[in-house]
Amino acid sequence: MAIGVGAGTVTPAPGPGAAVLGVAEPLEGLPERASVDWRPRADDASLRRVGRLWTLWVIVHTVPFIAAAALLILFKPVTAPVAFVLLVHAWPIPELYAARGAGVLRPRTPAGPHAEQRALLLLGDLIDDQARQLHARSGLVLEPGELGVWILGEAGAVLVRPGGRRVHCYCVKATGSDLPASDRIAHLLLALRCDEHGLVTIANLAFSGACWRLRRRLRAEQREALRVARDACRASQAQRD
Amino acid sequence: MPRLIRLDQTGHTTLAEWSVDDRDAFDVAAVAFREELDRGYFGLVSRSDGQAEHITELPVDVPMVILRRPLAGG
Repeated sequence: MAIGVGAGTVTPAPGPGAAVLGVAEPLEGLPERASVDWRPRADDASLRRVGRLWTLWVIVHTVPFIAAAALLILFKPVTAPVAFVLLVHAWPIPELYAARGAGVLRPRTPAGPHAEQRALLLLGDLIDDQARQLHARSGLVLEPGELGVWILGEAGAVLVRPGGRRVHCYCVKATGSDLPASDRIAHLLLALRCDEHGLVTIANLAFSGACWRLRRRLRAEQREALRVARDACRASQAQRD
Repeated sequence: MPRLIRLDQTGHTTLAEWSVDDRDAFDVAAVAFREELDRGYFGLVSRSDGQAEHITELPVDVPMVILRRPLAGG
């Protein structure tokens, strides 16, 4: 049996493995996109549009409370306590959304120590030393992409957009609940490197909004990852300008 | 030596190793690769430029081929 090697591929002649093998060709994007084929492929413009819609959505939810409070105080100052209650209702709405966004980076139940160690070795092979150190401190992995800088967690990812002011938080994870933490991150990292736009397309958006709002909802050790990502976004933006 | 590894609950499992010259070992790896694809795993290779690509056939001369599980939105 002859094995032809060319451009990283092989064409085996008939043999044990050859019956099912042909010429190796890379697939276009993430195969998972087939399961959400009704979704248009995400791009920079669609992300900007989604960001504006989220802002509008939050305004629609909060402005009526604020407006009602203002009107009450204006026409019936004696109802100030009621106006205060309305304002208290308005405040947590964006905070709840931000909390949901922060939840995508929340650590899950760890697997056994042996499995975690093995998974960490592989993840360490996939990232550079700076990213390894940040992962050791925060449990998160930073990865620059075309759409911004990504912060990868076990069950989701945060995309810090160019300029560092807006974030998009995505729920997306490997199927099955038995994977070690680093393996979960490795899944997202490899998918991101394969097809960034495809990953955004298959993921579910949990939150889009101001970076500072998300920061308040993150764990202390995770805030460093967000800060580094913001700095990287600002630096790249400054270079472009 | 090229390796075929699967991301799983153990951290990762090395399913096969082969060399460019060892046709039999490659055939064994190719069968293992196809079996994992049939089980629902996706094969991919991580390139030196920091990118990755999905594959449906086992390449003979890349250092590491990784099998991962499907992703889904939460």
